[in-house]
Amino acid sequence: MLGISKRFGSVQANYLVNLSVTAGEVVGLLGENGAGKSTLMNILYGLHRPDAGAIFLDGVQIDVSSPAVARVYGIGMVHQHFMLVQNHTVAENIALALSDAPAWNPVPFARAKIEEFGGRYGLKIDPAARISDLSAGEQQRVELLKALMGGAKWLVLDEPTSVLTPREADELFILLKRMTGEGHGIIFISHKLDEVLAITDRVVVLRHGRPAGECRTKDADQASLARLMIGRQIDKPSITNLTVPGDPVLEVSGLSSAGSRGPLTVNGASLTVRGGEIVGIAGISGNGQRELLETIAGSRPASAGTIRLCGTDITCYDVRARTAAGLAFVPEDRLHTGTVPSFSLVENAILRDAHRELFSRHGFLDNAKARERSERLISEYEVAAPDSDTPLRTLSGGNIQKFLLGRELDAAPKLLLAAHPTYGVDIAAAAVIHRVILERKSAGAAILLVSEDLDELLALSDRIGVMFRGELRVMFPREKVTRERIGLLMGGAPATSEELRC
Amino acid sequence: MLTSKWRLEALSHPSSVRVGTTMVLSILAGLSLGCLLFLVMGVSPVTAMTKIAAGSFGSWYGFKETLTKAVPLTLIGAGLAICFRARIWNIGAEGQLLFGAVAATWVGLGVGQHLPGWLGIAAMFGAGAFAGGIWAAVPAFMRVRWGVNEAVSSLLLNYVAAEFVQFLIYGPWKGKTQFGFPYSDDLPNALWLPTFYGSRLSWFPLVLAGAAVVLLTVISTKTRFGYDVRVVGESPEAAAYAGIPFGRTVFSIMFLSGTLAGIAGAIEIAGVHHHLTYPWSISSGYGFTAILTAFLARLNPGWTWFSAILFGGLLVGGDVIQTSLGLPFATVNIFNGLVLIAILAGEFMIGHRLVRIQHPGDSR
Amino acid sequence: MTELIASVISRSIAASTPLLIGTLGEILAERAGVMNLGVEGMMAFGAVTGFAIALHTQSAWLGLLAAIFAGALLAFIHAVLTVKLRANQVVSGLALTTLGLGLSGLIGRKLIGKPLQAKFSGLDIPLLGDLPVIGKALFGHDILVYGTLLATVLLWLFLYRTKYGLAVRSAGENPLATETMSVDIVQLRMLFVVIGGAFAGAAGGYLSLAYIPAWIEGMTAGRGWIVVALTMFSLWDPLRALAGSLLFGGLFVGQYFLQPYGISPNLLMMLPYLATLAALVQGATASTTRGRSAPAALGIPYERGER
Repeated sequence: MLGISKRFGSVQANYLVNLSVTAGEVVGLLGENGAGKSTLMNILYGLHRPDAGAIFLDGVQIDVSSPAVARVYGIGMVHQHFMLVQNHTVAENIALALSDAPAWNPVPFARAKIEEFGGRYGLKIDPAARISDLSAGEQQRVELLKALMGGAKWLVLDEPTSVLTPREADELFILLKRMTGEGHGIIFISHKLDEVLAITDRVVVLRHGRPAGECRTKDADQASLARLMIGRQIDKPSITNLTVPGDPVLEVSGLSSAGSRGPLTVNGASLTVRGGEIVGIAGISGNGQRELLETIAGSRPASAGTIRLCGTDITCYDVRARTAAGLAFVPEDRLHTGTVPSFSLVENAILRDAHRELFSRHGFLDNAKARERSERLISEYEVAAPDSDTPLRTLSGGNIQKFLLGRELDAAPKLLLAAHPTYGVDIAAAAVIHRVILERKSAGAAILLVSEDLDELLALSDRIGVMFRGELRVMFPREKVTRERIGLLMGGAPATSEELRC
Repeated sequence: MLTSKWRLEALSHPSSVRVGTTMVLSILAGLSLGCLLFLVMGVSPVTAMTKIAAGSFGSWYGFKETLTKAVPLTLIGAGLAICFRARIWNIGAEGQLLFGAVAATWVGLGVGQHLPGWLGIAAMFGAGAFAGGIWAAVPAFMRVRWGVNEAVSSLLLNYVAAEFVQFLIYGPWKGKTQFGFPYSDDLPNALWLPTFYGSRLSWFPLVLAGAAVVLLTVISTKTRFGYDVRVVGESPEAAAYAGIPFGRTVFSIMFLSGTLAGIAGAIEIAGVHHHLTYPWSISSGYGFTAILTAFLARLNPGWTWFSAILFGGLLVGGDVIQTSLGLPFATVNIFNGLVLIAILAGEFMIGHRLVRIQHPGDSR
Repeated sequence: MTELIASVISRSIAASTPLLIGTLGEILAERAGVMNLGVEGMMAFGAVTGFAIALHTQSAWLGLLAAIFAGALLAFIHAVLTVKLRANQVVSGLALTTLGLGLSGLIGRKLIGKPLQAKFSGLDIPLLGDLPVIGKALFGHDILVYGTLLATVLLWLFLYRTKYGLAVRSAGENPLATETMSVDIVQLRMLFVVIGGAFAGAAGGYLSLAYIPAWIEGMTAGRGWIVVALTMFSLWDPLRALAGSLLFGGLFVGQYFLQPYGISPNLLMMLPYLATLAALVQGATASTTRGRSAPAALGIPYERGER
């Protein structure tokens, strides 16, 4: 790909980017969120047309006008969010992808081919399994199979390890090595430095849509890559004041709740968070962390266990009562759960408090007070918005998150539940969010933090727990944590008796 | 060499001028298409339109008829506007109206005989409102408890209500003083709403309609309940997160819109027919036309009175073309359908516009 | 007595046919991801158009063709509105029902009471038709009934045994993923909405050309809505639709047999609709427990990624 540029409205997503891959090589495409990696790959895969620049295959210029065309050229893509039909089986999903599958009864044909390909690359998957029953790692393998069986020689993997346990990630790397051995060329998109260093042969770095550097992996290290990625050294936010934790604010005991399909997604979780303490929960997405927070917050009913807030049993309280009792919740999905995107900032400012006396008397809303809060949030949290009446969806992810966080903290809650607070947020906003969280901690709030970003957890938490298959396994004080141990526990390794006692 | 392309661009903040003009254009487009169809079918559109216009707005009597029809449309339409904002599709207003009419008749022929006029009327309206609310509560319950699609369930109940009314007028409530016509007995004179001279329009329903518009506008914009309803409509997940009780909200909003439909039914009984009769005479398609009314008002209760007058005029027009042109009443549905289609297309144009972009040609 | 049973079965099958035809079409549309609430209007428009053409050309088959075309035409409008313009599917469907009913009233105004020579009459199947009881019950129907049965089987095979059918099902479950498989979602959805409408028109044609046969205003009598409910009840499976429509056909017929017992005909007429309500509840609870549910993307307008 030479000289690729692409503009979306007022955002220049890519500007004069070059990227090349040779057969048998793994090229890492590195950059932080919003650097333009996905856009570049979507262009390669035919989902977008570049404004300028061209793509060459074996020296010949090609025009990739659609994913179908991309596949004809042997370009395959495994997206970060899997493009799989959940209710169908593996074979049904793959049958659609095979251009040589017969029009009549394609599923058994697909099944046979899956067995064949699976053997060739060592990918074991049950063709009759329903996608929704598979783990994230297995679903990813289906996506890989789909791409390979579709005849892909060049594979683009978009943040493939974001849904994998460390062990599954290792298995993926072994698989990738096998594929390069078979002559495939791989583009590996990531923002995780250690992985890029581990698996790639060359690294291309993007920053704000522009090429920021390129090097051979063996010539690079974390620091140099980080510098290319951000333009400066990453400063790890330091925990400046180690506050002495106060009384327990949140006490959860034996909490269980069911998912939408029936089986328990949270199974007997117990933990305590004290005032002035940050407890982090690590775990691969999908192991119950989201549901745990939802159950504590009240938007999901608990089937067993108790929750106490500052000594009061709030297990039977509804969402509004819990909020009134001092519980704040920044949910994982900021756009459709945490806020109403089409509402203005003013209307979003009171989403959780509309019923409180502060904002509504005798059933009537006090718009003035709502506006007041909205303006206050905009200024205190440096939210870039023209005014309070703009629809929230016009704001960037980072600004929305800051507004959301600010709203939740506006009532000075005793307990803050936060899920992935800096996911998809630009670095500046993330820094503000971290700073605010630490300020609240100093002020005595109890904070329960769920994140997939181990660095974030390690930087902020006083204690860290690991969730796996709905069970909250262990709780370490920060000093006793090692990355490898956490990684293993995230992947399901049993806890030692010593760890359990912490 | 410059090549130009047309591209569709989404607008996030359409101006009210844009909204207004597009709406007007849509109505005109729908009406014109209807005229075209008439032409194709061998009916002179000019004749038809002039007859409709003259009939609905050209005379005092006609205008009062239009208002008579606009009143139930406004009442029901305002309730539906809020209901639809919550994405709760109440298509059962016809049945709710009928059930309200039944309850009003029941009170009127029973207890109402012994009460002073105004009290009797109040009782009739109260019963009608409650009955309409109950009839709407059934699909609401089915939605909340079992997730059953309320559009289909409320619709089916329309047919059940219509059969029920027919059962009554042919059976237990068959009037003894109606010369064999399948009507219920007439209500006592004391329970007839006073009408303006020479028309079927009475002031009480007008006041009710006006009050409904004001009340619902206030509810939707200034109350917490209105806020809750809008959140539920935009994003059920956000509503759960915010602690807004989905079930209670759905129930309340359906009950409210059912109540308004029931009141419309009571109006038809006390002010227009004075006895229970064929269901399609009582409801005249108000339940369905109110849906169009709500949409034309862009789900804004404050504007339903305007679109109600328009559609009321069309309904009067339907009577007119039936009597003077010999066309079945159902033909007015052609206009209704086309106007609604035009409005839907117009909605798209409000939110998008065609933009011409110049491209430097590919220089390969 | 056996005569009676045979008669009931025979009439039930006939009554179930328009429901089945309509449901098959709606299943296709909804599997592709689009809800079509315009079936009632498309059925009515199909009925009147079919009747008019059959009267004019003295050919029942041309009438049926016209009915199919009529339904498809209205469905095309629905398709443009909901798939291309991404309008609300419930409202658009209602608009088309209103339009269809209005059109049928207008066109049919001169056709009321006219007798039809060119209609589909019961077939005289040799041997099988002469069997006692079963003969009359199962083998005396017009060709459309058998055609519908065939269509049911073919549709089932299409949905579950062909690649294109798989694409349709995927489009209704996850249109984004399906699009990455080079399936044009917009085209597919539009096509199947129109096909669904064609079926609805055919169902109307059956009513006016075979079942009654005549043109009566309001002859669809809410069957279009029962079709919508039946679609959910049959969990979007053609074979279950067959069973369901037989059930409801039986109900339509059954009310006439209960009349002699002194029950008001109006109360009996409520039965099909109340039964549909019960079916809806059953379908809703079944889908959550069975794990079989509506196509995941049903009713949600599809926003194609920018090209």
